[in-house]
Amino acid sequence: MGAENMNRNETMSKKVRNLLLAMLVQVPAVVLADPTGQALAFTCAGCHGTDGSSVGPSSPSIAAMDPEVFIDAMQAYKRDERNSTIMNRIAKGYRDEQIKGMAWYFAKQKMAPAPQAFDPKLAEAGAKLHEKYCEKCHEKGGRPGDAGTLAGQWMPYLNFTMEDFMSGHRDYPRKMKRKVDAAVEAGGDEALRALLHYYASKQ
Amino acid sequence: MNKINRRDFIRLAVGTTLAGGTLGFPGLLLAASPKVVVVGGGVGGCTAAKYLRKLDPRIEVTLIETKNAYTSCFMSNEVLSGDRTLASITFDYEGLKRHGVKIVIDRVSAIDPVNRQVATEGGERFGYDACVVSPGVDFKWEAIEGYDVEVAEEIPHAWFAGPQTSLLRRQIESMPEGGTVAIVAPPDPFKCPPGPYERASQIAMYCKHHKPRAKILILDPKEAFSKQGLFRQGWTQLYGFGTDNSMIEWIGGAGGGKVESLDPSTRTLQAEVEAFKADVINIIPPQKAGKVAFTSDLVDGDWCPVNKMTFESSRHPNVYVLGDASNAAKMPKSAYAANTQAKVAAAAIIARFNGQDPGDPTFTNTCYSILGEEHGISVAAVYALDKGTNTIEPVKESGGLSPMDASPAQRKREVTYAHSWFQNLISDMMG
Ligand SMILES: Cc1cc2nc3c(=O)[nH]c(=O)nc-3n(C[C@H](O)[C@H](O)[C@H](O)COP(=O)(O)OP(=O)(O)OC[C@H]3O[C@@H](n4cnc5c(N)ncnc54)[C@H](O)[C@@H]3O)c2cc1C
Ligand code: HEC
Ligand code: HEC
Repeated sequence: MGAENMNRNETMSKKVRNLLLAMLVQVPAVVLADPTGQALAFTCAGCHGTDGSSVGPSSPSIAAMDPEVFIDAMQAYKRDERNSTIMNRIAKGYRDEQIKGMAWYFAKQKMAPAPQAFDPKLAEAGAKLHEKYCEKCHEKGGRPGDAGTLAGQWMPYLNFTMEDFMSGHRDYPRKMKRKVDAAVEAGGDEALRALLHYYASKQ
Repeated sequence: MNKINRRDFIRLAVGTTLAGGTLGFPGLLLAASPKVVVVGGGVGGCTAAKYLRKLDPRIEVTLIETKNAYTSCFMSNEVLSGDRTLASITFDYEGLKRHGVKIVIDRVSAIDPVNRQVATEGGERFGYDACVVSPGVDFKWEAIEGYDVEVAEEIPHAWFAGPQTSLLRRQIESMPEGGTVAIVAPPDPFKCPPGPYERASQIAMYCKHHKPRAKILILDPKEAFSKQGLFRQGWTQLYGFGTDNSMIEWIGGAGGGKVESLDPSTRTLQAEVEAFKADVINIIPPQKAGKVAFTSDLVDGDWCPVNKMTFESSRHPNVYVLGDASNAAKMPKSAYAANTQAKVAAAAIIARFNGQDPGDPTFTNTCYSILGEEHGISVAAVYALDKGTNTIEPVKESGGLSPMDASPAQRKREVTYAHSWFQNLISDMMG
């Protein structure tokens, strides 16, 4: 089930799903005497920061990431379905249960928003665009949720992902393209920069 | 950390025993705050200290390091191009202090594994329940005739980042236009396998702008080197490699690249076939484990053998050897490797203190090289332990090199991700 199909009113079912995920993590780990989710997650810190809060300048924070979005991302990297410089090579090193173990670990970590410079005027314009075109899926100003993390994420990383969406190097989530096109049409050349500065302003 | 977790419950339920983990260490189970002494405040030592405290704040961790700040070797080649300053790769130990790690500036003379004590040159002694040793490498000074510690004051190795890095940078800056820089690469195994070739690239990056007729000659005893295809491709695109006007030239073992001696007065290197005169010479000598590993009886040959499940020394119990000094085959001697090994050791030490079996280890290595302002490449590997052979094997299908056909945009992204790798690694080990 893709993240885009989730009904965002179903908070209860999300909790149940998370519990199921947690159980999936632990049971096979015993049988296979696998490294724990924590041990696996520790190996990511050299690029994504201790417990997933990146100190930048560009590699993304993965702390507090929604477990389902995390799993979708790792699986897409694993299958070479998502543009990447290095994650596809890394994701191939983990079995499905190990990815679930890490998803659970990172979901429980608090994300430290990236301390980065932004232009307050652009951010203001971005806030309006976000509210109109993005908030429906990227709730609470893009805080970690079931459409990933935008608020407090490193700007160069978000810029790369937007480049990838728009150039066709990464498949758009369902219904997102329309909104991005509409935002660009409404906000002009500065629309994307404005949105990115808005997300950067959420510190 | 004394809680019995779900995993142990299931083990007990299926009848396996925990005794294996507790045998021989009953005393430790009772100690209110076990003591760990860490020797060496580099990547392995700092990461272990931080993660021991993070995983169990009851543990008293003392880290002993000779210098009061760490200058990282990784990203030090970027000082040679002028892209970075030495200050930008030098970090104090305040972050570790905030994690409750006690920092002692002194040099460890030897570890006494029988009495579980670490002795320093300053005359202090530190008792331990577990000792972590991550002293990095030392040089085999005898390998190249005419090259020794004193000569290195003028003809730098710059393989420990610091004053030698600045010296090499100054020498390259004051070299006449059209001059030659010779880099003498070491035989395997050595710290940072792509390092000498990244160094050549960084020097070329500077020369391209400031001394476009300069030559960079790499004299190498090996037949091949790390990321070779990617380096050659990048050098071809950026520095005319393979043409008559190539800024970089590589002479491998078969071509007579092995250097036997140095005449410092004439700046001449005698290699197997020919002699080479150069304006600037950088010799990276062959390597072995840091001295304290030898004085503490931790080596077998040049390196320290370890049980790769825990990184405990195969020679002495309760001593854990990490990073460059260990024999961690098949992991390379790299910062990322040392960082993930340290976390495995920290978890294993805590498991032991709690009378539990260590969990299965997991390791990663990633290493970026920056060939030009907008040209980065990387190697990555995810590893698991083959317990039968005590060998750390790359997980099948995973890892590998940046693709040869990556677009310029991807190469450019890898430069900014290399900087992120650096910042996050430093912050993870000591921030
Ligand atoms: C030019 C260059 C570029 C590199 N680039 C990369 C890269 O891009 N990626 C990568 O992954 N790796 C890179 N490396 C390799 C990396 O620097 C090492 O692999 C890493 O530092 C190993 O960590 P360590 O803990 O084993 O040793 P170190 O980090 O060297 O730490 C050892 C510490 O122990 C201290 N010490 C030694 N003896 C004693 C004693 N007796 N008492 C007290 N303290 C002592 C030393 O002062 C030192 O601080 C590079 C290396 C070089 C030289
Ligand atoms: C060598 C550095 C490096 C390591 C190690 C690394 N990553 Fe990444 N990661 C990246 C980069 C760079 C990206 C951006 C995509 C790309 O270019 O590959 C990324 C992207 C991601 C994303 C997508 C984030 C999002 O918001 O969609 C996830 C999830 C992720 N990594 C998880 C992990 C996990 C889990 C590990 C450890 C098992 C890990 N990474 C190890 C560098 C790294
Ligand atoms: C219909 C729902 C929807 C709308 C509207 C939407 N998005 Fe998204 N977006 C998603 C989902 C779902 C993801 C997670 C994608 C995935 O897992 O592949 C995502 C991912 C992203 C990412 C990548 C995050 C990462 O970590 O890689 C960016 C950037 C982004 N959206 C920006 C925007 C912007 C800007 C807008 C408004 C102009 C917008 N989105 C509108 C659903 C939406």
